[in-house]
Amino acid sequence: MESNAEASGLVAASRESKRLMPIVFIPAQLRELAGGIQSVELQATNVREIVNQLDTKFPGFKDRICTDGNISPSLQISIDSVITSRGMIAKVQPHSEVHFIPAIGGG
Amino acid sequence: MTTTQYRVIGSRPVRHDGADKVTGKAIYTADTKLPGMLVGFVLRSPHAHARIISIDISEAEATPGVHAVLTAADYPNVENKMADLGEGSINLSYLSSNCMAQQKVLYRGHAGAAVAATDVHIAEEAVKKIKVEYEVLDSVTWVLDAMKEDAPLLHDDMVTDSMGEKASKPSNVPAHLHFEKGDAAAAFAEADVIVEREFKTATVHQGYIEPHAVVADYNEDGRLRIWTATQGSFTCRQQTAEILQIPLGNVLVTPCEIGGGFGGKITVYLEPTAALLSKKSGRPVRISMTRSDVFEASGPTPGSFMRVKIGAKNDGTIIAGEAWLAYDAGAYPGGVIGPGCMCVFSCYDIEHAVVDGYDVCLNKPKTSAYRAPGATQVAFATEQLVDELAQKLGMCELEIRQKNAVKEGSRRVDGPVYPPIGLVECLDALKQSDHWNTPLQGPNRGRGIAAGFWFGCGLKSSAACTVNSDGTINLLEGSTDIGGSRTSIAMQLAEVLGLEADDINPQVGDTDTAGYTDVTGGSRVTFATGMAAYEAGRDLQQQMKTLAADLWDCPADEITVDDDGSFSGNNRTLGFKELAVELFAAGEHLVGRATVSPECPTNGFGAQIADVEVDPDTGKVTVLRYTTIQDAGKAIHPSYVEGQLQGGTVQGIGWALNEEYFYKDDNSMANASFLDYRMPTMLDVPMIDTIIVETGNPEHPYGVRGVGETPIVPPPAALANAIYNATDTRMTELPMSPPKLWKAMQKHQAS
Repeated sequence: MESNAEASGLVAASRESKRLMPIVFIPAQLRELAGGIQSVELQATNVREIVNQLDTKFPGFKDRICTDGNISPSLQISIDSVITSRGMIAKVQPHSEVHFIPAIGGG
Repeated sequence: MTTTQYRVIGSRPVRHDGADKVTGKAIYTADTKLPGMLVGFVLRSPHAHARIISIDISEAEATPGVHAVLTAADYPNVENKMADLGEGSINLSYLSSNCMAQQKVLYRGHAGAAVAATDVHIAEEAVKKIKVEYEVLDSVTWVLDAMKEDAPLLHDDMVTDSMGEKASKPSNVPAHLHFEKGDAAAAFAEADVIVEREFKTATVHQGYIEPHAVVADYNEDGRLRIWTATQGSFTCRQQTAEILQIPLGNVLVTPCEIGGGFGGKITVYLEPTAALLSKKSGRPVRISMTRSDVFEASGPTPGSFMRVKIGAKNDGTIIAGEAWLAYDAGAYPGGVIGPGCMCVFSCYDIEHAVVDGYDVCLNKPKTSAYRAPGATQVAFATEQLVDELAQKLGMCELEIRQKNAVKEGSRRVDGPVYPPIGLVECLDALKQSDHWNTPLQGPNRGRGIAAGFWFGCGLKSSAACTVNSDGTINLLEGSTDIGGSRTSIAMQLAEVLGLEADDINPQVGDTDTAGYTDVTGGSRVTFATGMAAYEAGRDLQQQMKTLAADLWDCPADEITVDDDGSFSGNNRTLGFKELAVELFAAGEHLVGRATVSPECPTNGFGAQIADVEVDPDTGKVTVLRYTTIQDAGKAIHPSYVEGQLQGGTVQGIGWALNEEYFYKDDNSMANASFLDYRMPTMLDVPMIDTIIVETGNPEHPYGVRGVGETPIVPPPAALANAIYNATDTRMTELPMSPPKLWKAMQKHQAS
């Protein structure tokens, strides 16, 4: 299930309790690959399944976010606003929200 | 707001390292002396950009007292790969090349060779005898110039990466980031008021008092021992091992007491060089940077160019944001543009926004983190525009912030939504503060406010506690103590066990003794290592319940632990110490341990008020009064929280009013000393008033949020807003130093 209406994500957030599949936000720089959609719901239980399904739906997606089969070091994954260090094996729940965001370091 | 009353948490015990620090007995790296130790000195590039044609070290090697001379040829070839350093990652080839230049020097001060000799004077003289033939190349030190197509290229093979898509031509822009939330263009079309400006900030340095220093001892058996001033002993070990291509387990890093870091002592600079000099000479080697070296060859924070726009409806609702940001990364890729992009609108609930960010290489030292890296620059822009918006709408600058402040459920421009956070509470505290409610009077005076945010992180921490025969505890943890964290961690263990802070003897261990612990950075130590200490205490309690059951002849599940840490069972009740003494007498000895890896950001928000007076004849800004408000979640040791708030604020004031790298025509730094690089002293600032807000972080047993970084974010913006209210002059460039402000005032008056 793909959505443009979920532009701000607020729609997705308000629907959280009704969702049966995790919602993955497509990074703005990869939306061209995904036909312009901003988010997609996928039947997945971990990040690896999400990445593989995204790559199937949007060929080339995996190459853009992965290095040597893992999430690129310049990126991190936010699952329900928690930054996971588990990369591809990180678990997601049916109501989860997944984002690919830049890696950050503090002082 | 947190309301739980604790015995130890929230009190202000004397810090465990206090006596050593105030009596000069604390051991810093430069205090370390080993038998036969040599002193190293580094040859640094006089040019901002040059190709190394040849290096002749023969005369230096022949100098009496010289035991080793080192060039890049002595460094192993390091693979061009990224290494995960816990908090962020780093390209090892670039890291190695930053420690010792390979074919090119990329900034003035770039290391090109090094000498180890019996004393520093011999080493320094020998360095002068090294003959380097350079082909001087054009250089560039301003971010927009470096982005031009005809700019001198620092790295011939570097192309722009736009989230995995590579550009076809080399450039000085290693990365372009882009974020979109909603439809910003459509929202701007619906906005009643739009404000837009361009902003510039200068390169500034963390200005830690202790220069970088290291002692390395490379043993015959291949073991390398390092004593160093580092924010992270484990990441120092990893970086050093990777650069030297030696097994990680062969490296032992002992973190010495540290005189400040603020993000600048995470990357290695001297460690591999000292290690190789030690290996070559067969003797331990110590290297300390001079202050000039620190400015020219460690990692300052980026200068930046920003164009930011926000739009609002007539009722003050901000509906659209747009930002175009270019941050300098210094000589190698990997600056802090990412968090800059993520923070530019992080304080406001803006439904539609678009952000572009560019990481830009130029001929300055490789930049490093500096308290909330990347956030202070964008706050300088956004917080001024919010004030300007309020002015155009006829609203109070506090009211517009309260109306648009992010709260639980608000979505950031990069996507994630906030959990429970405390910006609204900070703004409420500002509104109720004595400072806000005391009118500022007098000519040339103005008041400004600003908000700020930093993520704060968790990462990995470990703690182990050994119970002594008298029931006191030796606590071993691995977080370099920069701001009193030893005590704030010990207090959390004391609280859970029902002990006093001085019943705990906390020690920062080395990499062979402490459990793996990530860097002291990201506002994480009191949060994450404190959590590890808490869990280690719980581990002890579990063990003691089992042992008490044997002692008291009852089932273990009948033993209870009360909130005060006392154990009860079979009609007996004993406090922790008493039970520990009985158990020890019965032949039991106890060690509790824990490792934690919390992954949730701690989300630190703050707000600040600045009162200034501007001298209309000179442009000098005097800070009359300053209040820093921050959500600490729960302040474990309020004095340390206040210290972080005050320290960060003063650094932000320096960034705002005075500090900058001045570059001469040849792109060398003109003010690489504390005499000319003007940091504020206690004579320049008033006592910073603090208000600690405690909203409670649900992810921590005591509600802790990190506090070390956010306080540096609002000062430049708060002061710019205060200056505007004092002079009617809008300052869009940092620092707002007297000559710049005076010129801006003259220009404004003329217009």
